[in-house]
Amino acid sequence: MSDRRYSKDHEYVALEGDIATLGISDYAQSQLGDIVFIELPDVGKKVVKGKEIAVIESVKAASEVYSPVGGEVVEVNSQLGETPALVNDDPLGRGWLVKVRISDPGECASLMDAAAYSSFLKTL
Amino acid sequence: MLDRPAIVEPLDDDKIPATFTGNRGLDQEEPLIFEIGRLDATGVDIGAPAPVETRLGALERNAPIGLPGLTEPETMRHYVRLSRKNYSIDAGLYPLGSCTMKHNPRSNEKIARYEGFADIHPLQPQSTAQGALELMQTLADWLMKLTNMQAVALSPKAGAHGELCGMMAIKSAIAAKGEGTTRNVVLIPQSAHGTNPATAALLGFSVRVVPAAPDGTVRAQAVKDALDDDVAAIMLTNPNTCGLFEREIVDIADAIHAAGGYFYCDGANFNAIAGVLRPGDFGIDAMHINLHKTFSTPHGGGGPGAGPVVLSERLAPFAPVPFIRRKGDSLQLVEDAEGAQSFGRLTAFHGQMGMFVRALAYMLAHGGDGVAQASKDAVLAANYVRASLRDVMTQPFGDRICMHEVLFDDGWLRGTGVTTLDFAKAMIDEGYHPMTIYFPLVVHGAMLIEPTESESKASLDLFIATLRDLAQSAKAGDMTRFAQAPRLAPRRRVDEALAARKPVLRWEEKTAAI
Repeated sequence: MSDRRYSKDHEYVALEGDIATLGISDYAQSQLGDIVFIELPDVGKKVVKGKEIAVIESVKAASEVYSPVGGEVVEVNSQLGETPALVNDDPLGRGWLVKVRISDPGECASLMDAAAYSSFLKTL
Repeated sequence: MLDRPAIVEPLDDDKIPATFTGNRGLDQEEPLIFEIGRLDATGVDIGAPAPVETRLGALERNAPIGLPGLTEPETMRHYVRLSRKNYSIDAGLYPLGSCTMKHNPRSNEKIARYEGFADIHPLQPQSTAQGALELMQTLADWLMKLTNMQAVALSPKAGAHGELCGMMAIKSAIAAKGEGTTRNVVLIPQSAHGTNPATAALLGFSVRVVPAAPDGTVRAQAVKDALDDDVAAIMLTNPNTCGLFEREIVDIADAIHAAGGYFYCDGANFNAIAGVLRPGDFGIDAMHINLHKTFSTPHGGGGPGAGPVVLSERLAPFAPVPFIRRKGDSLQLVEDAEGAQSFGRLTAFHGQMGMFVRALAYMLAHGGDGVAQASKDAVLAANYVRASLRDVMTQPFGDRICMHEVLFDDGWLRGTGVTTLDFAKAMIDEGYHPMTIYFPLVVHGAMLIEPTESESKASLDLFIATLRDLAQSAKAGDMTRFAQAPRLAPRRRVDEALAARKPVLRWEEKTAAI
C-alpha cells in the first residue's frame, strides 16, 4: 500500500477514509524476534497519539506499541490471540493490530512515508 | 592467553551410534516421575489403617488418585539424576549478569543448621528465642551501618518484595502529608529492572520514564526535566543495570527532595559498593538489600530470597511491623505499632530466618574490611573480563571502567549471522552457564557478564579464553558451533517461541506428543 506511513517507534498507519489500520513495521518484528503474545485494546477505547495502544511480548521482551494517531478503536485483529506469529510472518498484511477511527487526519501528515522510513532505518 | 585445554577428541555426531537406552555414557536420560511410577510399587511399608466410620458420604474417593509409586532406590535415583542435570554455582562459573551468583560459603550452611536457629518456630514464646532475635538485631545493625540509614525492615522476602515495602512506606509518607491523591507519578530510568515499574504500578502510581544519557547513565538535568508537583518518587538503581555508577546521584537526590518527592534506590547491585560507599550518604530514602546476592545466601533454585529494606529518618515511622525493640535485658518482636504510622504488616512472620543467619555469618566472617574487599574484587574481576575481551567484543557506551558487571552489545556480531542467543547457547556446549542476554533492554543484543569475586584468576582466564575462541569462530563464519548450539547438552535448542505460545504446564496421561 503506497499510503502507508511510519512513526519513529516503528508503528505504521494505513489510512482508508477515516479508518486507520495500525501495525508494526517489518523492521520492528525482526528486532522483536518470535512474538508469543499480544495484548490488544477493547473496541471502543479512546486512544491518544503517542500513548500505548497494545503490548507485544516476544521471546526477548515485552514492548509497548504506541498509537501514531488519536481516535477510537473500531476493530482489533482477533486472529492474533491464537496466532501471534502472524505479526512475524506478515506484519504489513494479516499481522495488523488495530483499526482506529481517527479524529484528526492531519496527524498522519507528520509520519514518514515508506521512502523516508527506509532512510530513517539506515541511520539506526 | 590460555591454549585450548587438553580434552577428548572432537565430537562428531554422525560417528556416534545411537545407544539402546538413549543414555550417553553414564549420563542418563530421566523421564518424569509419573512416567516411571507404578501403582503397585511403594518405597514405604505402612500397614493398612484401622477402619473408621466415614463421614464423607458420597464424597468419599474410591478411585486411585494416580500418585506415582516407586521403590526407595528408584526414588533416590530419580532425584539424584535430575540434580545432576542441574547447573549451579557449586558446579561451575555462573556469569549471569544482574544475578550475583557468588559462592555460598559452607560455614554459613553449617551455622544455619544449628538447632537454635533451624528448629525454632515463629510462634514459640519470645523468651525462648532471644538468641534468634539478637541475631536479627545484629543483622539489622550491620545493614544500617553499611548503608548509613536509620531504620530497617527485615521481613521482605525478595528484592521486588523489598521494593514494594519501600514504596509502601513512601506512599504512606505522602498520604500522611495529605498529598496522596496529587502525587501519583514515579520516575523510572529507561534501564531499570522491570520490577521497578511493576512495583510502582501495583501501588497505583503511573510511571514516567527518564531517558538515559548517551553514556548509559542518568543526568540530574533529565530528572529535573521530568519533575513536577505530581511526582511521588524516583526509583533508581546504583550501580545501574548497565554496570555503570550513577555519578550524579547526589544531585538527583537533591532534585527529587526539592520537588517534595522521595528517593527509592534499587539496591540490587549493592554488592559492587558494600563497605566502600554508604547509600545513605547519597541522600536516598529507601533501599532494599538482596541478602541472597550481596551477602551470598543461596538463591536461583538453591534457596529463597531475602530483601530487607533500609529507611531514612523521614520514612522510619512508616516501617512495617513486626520490628525488634529492646526492653530492659530482653528483645521484643513488636507486632502492634501502638499509635505509630506503620503501614502495617507485610508478611505473616518476621522474614527469612535461615537467610538472616547465613547473611550475618558472611558479614562476621568478612568483617567490614572484608565486605569492602569483596566489593572491590567483584569490580576488579568484571573489569578484568572487560579488558580481556574489549578487542574482540564491543561495549555499548565506549571503553570505560565498569562496576561489578560488564556489558557488551552485539555490534561485533553484525554481519556474522551469529546472534547474541546463538553465542549464549554455544557457551553451554563449552560447559558454561550463559551470561544474561537481551537485558538491559536499552542495549541491542545485550550480553551482561557478572563474574563476582568468587572466581580465581585461573578460572577467569579459562572463561575469557573460551569466549575469545568462540568470538573468533563467530567472526570466521564457523556457524557449526552456533547454529545448532547447544549440541552437547542433554537437550538441544529449545523452541522458546513454541514453549511460550503453547506452554505445557502439567503432565497428562496419553498427552499427544508435541
